[in-house]
Amino acid sequence: MNIVVLAKLVPDLVEELTIDASGAALDMTFARLIINELDDHAIEQSILLKERSGGQVTVITLDLEGADDVLFTAAAKGADRLIKIKGDFAGGVSNHALARACATIVKELQPDLVLTGVQAHNDIDGSAGPLLAECLGMPYVGYVHGIAISDGKSKVLKEYPGGLVAELDVVLPAVLGVQASEQPPRYVAVSKVRQVMKTSKIEERSASEWDANGAPIIGRMFQPEASTHATMITGNADDVATKLVGIFKEFGVL
Amino acid sequence: MSTEVVEQSFYEKVLEATPRGERLRLCLECGNCSGICPFGYLMVYPPSRLIAALRADRFEKALSTDAIWMCVSCYACTAVCPSQIPLTPGLMARTKEELLLAGNVPSELQNALANSQRYGNPLGESPRKRADWTNGISPEIKILGKTKQPVDILWFVGDYPSYHPRVQSTAKALVKILNALGVNFAILGPEESSDGDSQRMAGERGLFEMLADKNGKAFSKYQFNEIITTDPHAYNALKNEYPRLGISYPVRHYTTFLAGYLDQIKPLLKSEVKAKITYHDPCYLGRANGIFEEPRALLEAIPGVELLEMTHNHTNSLCCGGGGGGMWLDGFQWEKAHTRLSEWRVREALSVGANVLAVACPYETPRFEDAAKTVQGAAQLKVRDIAELLVEAMENERGEI
Amino acid sequence: MSQDIYVVIEHLREQVADISYVMLAAARESAQNTGGKVVAVLLGHNAKGLAGNFAADQVLYLDHSALADFNPDAYQKALTDLIGKNQPRTVLFGSTSIGADLASVLSIRLNLPLVNSCRSLSKDGKFVSQICGGKIMAEGELPAPTALVAMIPGGYKVEQGQSKQSPPVTQVDVPVLESLRVTLAKYIEPAAGDVDIAKEQILVSVGRGIQNKDNIALAEDLAKALGGVVTASRPVIDQGWLVASRLVGKSGKHVKPKIYLTLGISGAPEHVEAITDSEAIIAINTDPKAPIFDIAKYGVEMDMFDLIEVLTEKVKEAKGR
Repeated sequence: MNIVVLAKLVPDLVEELTIDASGAALDMTFARLIINELDDHAIEQSILLKERSGGQVTVITLDLEGADDVLFTAAAKGADRLIKIKGDFAGGVSNHALARACATIVKELQPDLVLTGVQAHNDIDGSAGPLLAECLGMPYVGYVHGIAISDGKSKVLKEYPGGLVAELDVVLPAVLGVQASEQPPRYVAVSKVRQVMKTSKIEERSASEWDANGAPIIGRMFQPEASTHATMITGNADDVATKLVGIFKEFGVL
Repeated sequence: MSTEVVEQSFYEKVLEATPRGERLRLCLECGNCSGICPFGYLMVYPPSRLIAALRADRFEKALSTDAIWMCVSCYACTAVCPSQIPLTPGLMARTKEELLLAGNVPSELQNALANSQRYGNPLGESPRKRADWTNGISPEIKILGKTKQPVDILWFVGDYPSYHPRVQSTAKALVKILNALGVNFAILGPEESSDGDSQRMAGERGLFEMLADKNGKAFSKYQFNEIITTDPHAYNALKNEYPRLGISYPVRHYTTFLAGYLDQIKPLLKSEVKAKITYHDPCYLGRANGIFEEPRALLEAIPGVELLEMTHNHTNSLCCGGGGGGMWLDGFQWEKAHTRLSEWRVREALSVGANVLAVACPYETPRFEDAAKTVQGAAQLKVRDIAELLVEAMENERGEI
Repeated sequence: MSQDIYVVIEHLREQVADISYVMLAAARESAQNTGGKVVAVLLGHNAKGLAGNFAADQVLYLDHSALADFNPDAYQKALTDLIGKNQPRTVLFGSTSIGADLASVLSIRLNLPLVNSCRSLSKDGKFVSQICGGKIMAEGELPAPTALVAMIPGGYKVEQGQSKQSPPVTQVDVPVLESLRVTLAKYIEPAAGDVDIAKEQILVSVGRGIQNKDNIALAEDLAKALGGVVTASRPVIDQGWLVASRLVGKSGKHVKPKIYLTLGISGAPEHVEAITDSEAIIAINTDPKAPIFDIAKYGVEMDMFDLIEVLTEKVKEAKGR
């Protein structure tokens, strides 16, 4: 089973986000990047599949801040090949450009399955998974939380709102957008990652094309103003409880 | 991996990383450790059984259970071992390390460890905001990265005093005391990372070394005579572990430091604090480092205070449950025990007739306050750090010193 | 080529999803700029009846057995054909398990620009999208001549997309839908015998702040006293402390109760989008800066554990028990 995982580095929301001087993009001076949480799930899912039925896992990411750590951590979990795509990303990264650049590399790898997180919080021009799928001419199913492979075929569990799940048969090779790995992403001890850094190699590839066509042009970025704020109820627990009962009565609930 | 190889390599790790780790081989299987362990009855493999498993080539069985995460690294076992085996830092920390390497770690703890690595604190707060608690304090607190002058004392503030809303009060209280005594101090602010001691005791030796390395580099940039810590865990790390990594500075816990100033402090304690106070000996100040009397001396100096001792005090103090990763295993430990060590301790405080539970460790204030909410009859029990009580005695009704 | 705004209707097992109406409302606003019609695109099998309350000028209905249930491959093929032929001004998709499987694929296949995570389309031809966990808004001109837009809820109320007058339905030809690479094997129902939280009037919702499974009993006592039901945000469900059918949020259910009382929920966008139709949101949280206070009607900055039991008692008293 040859599995490829596309991992994205996205702005870390723990840090304050500000808009740059142009007014239309994020100020990256103090922003830090972190692996997209759902891509971490995709990596975990790929390792689980490898542990179950053997095979090889390749993880690809762009050469941005933190890329090496993402790749070595994946290797410490069991990933076999690590690929870093180099290029000039100063102008920002659009998923359309990312998908096209990755497609060239992924085609060579001839995977049976491509996994990536179903979405990321900065997906202004769509999600990397389905964009990549179409660039590769592969079928795509998103919101997947379970994958079973047998005889070159796959059964996937797709989540719908309200707890409903659909079991789908998907022809391989395919791209799947992971909503949750079957087990939460495993922990890797710092010492293990350090060990792996000595033995694993990161392959560097250049982005042969960087075509962002398809992404919208952003005229302005801004922080939303809270248009309203809740009326705060104050006092000790007793006061607050009394006032809340009053509100419940107002709404005809009591 | 054959069990023999696991056992041998485990012994080697213990020997390599813990002073007197070779004493592990002198275990008498007396069971004192498992008996005194507060969660021993739930651990499936409490210390003596863990050693027995090692000897019987059944260590991998121990590693397949997650119950060992009940250990709160409180040093109770280490304190009573007749063979003086360093059970807590040697056996328990090493076993947790094996569990971590095998991926057998509860997700709550996982997050705290990942946060420590990424943000330099287990709470997942931005490192750039580590000194935000000092905003608005006058006179302005010196942050070494900005002032760059030599100072007498480098105050290692710690994760919870920096970021946790309840514990920031302790930090602010200590500021008032240091200023009243005219101490020339500064803090590292955003350059400070978690001391890493609890993470080390939770099995993440690599993470500990990484954090120590960062702190060591920050220390080396500045000139100061001594380090004081708010947190006994930080004190333990800086005194006993960092020197082995080549980072060695004189260090005291703030209670020992202030006890040295007792003659100057006493005249400042003008307001009466009429309270029946009982002092909880923190594991890492008391049992682990032998500091019992200085904190009590500070409390006894406060006018109006009646100091009471709980049944478990000094060397057999009861852990609050926060050590060894316990601070980040509440959900997990609750599922297994349906009781909390902090609740047990709060009941002890009540039974001795105290109305104030005095603490000296940042983990304890939030833990005991939470416990006081759920224990019957504890609603009126106040939890205060020694620094906060001193300031209460220093201030008049208008809050001025 | 037209100035029409197409809305790809989302439906599952004979229920039209709320996002469809939100999109119709957005399309109505956008059509005021383009001058075109609001056209609902309904794909399904024997599903014509679903179009009864669409606030649209027209419904294009594609009927085929392969479209009976959502199938990304089949829907992509049918839409490629339709959009390719008609070249509307804009096509709206839901940013959901249905729409997100379509929009990006079609963007590449049809070589059309895609605006994602869009909250509103204005009368002056602009889009406003919400990204970075709700912390950043991005605005721009709607790309021309044809734009694909994936929408999130929050900018419009469901009622704005509903109408008492049924729009005219035109059935259109469907291309060949064979050799599909994805097929539906079966549905797996959520936990049986549980309540439908989307129909409840009073919800007591717990977040990470509840800390552990045992504390949920406190929320259940309060809910019971009020005559309501306990729901939760994702972290609580992921821990297995409540069944998935109690999940309120993007990947759970959208709810519209009279009272939505939150305990320890911070207010992340994925949760908030599912509760904006509540009559009154009452938020209890220790963090005064929690985003939930920006959308709640009433807020209490307090530790929920200090309040729950007292509140439950007072509610019981008020009910005369």
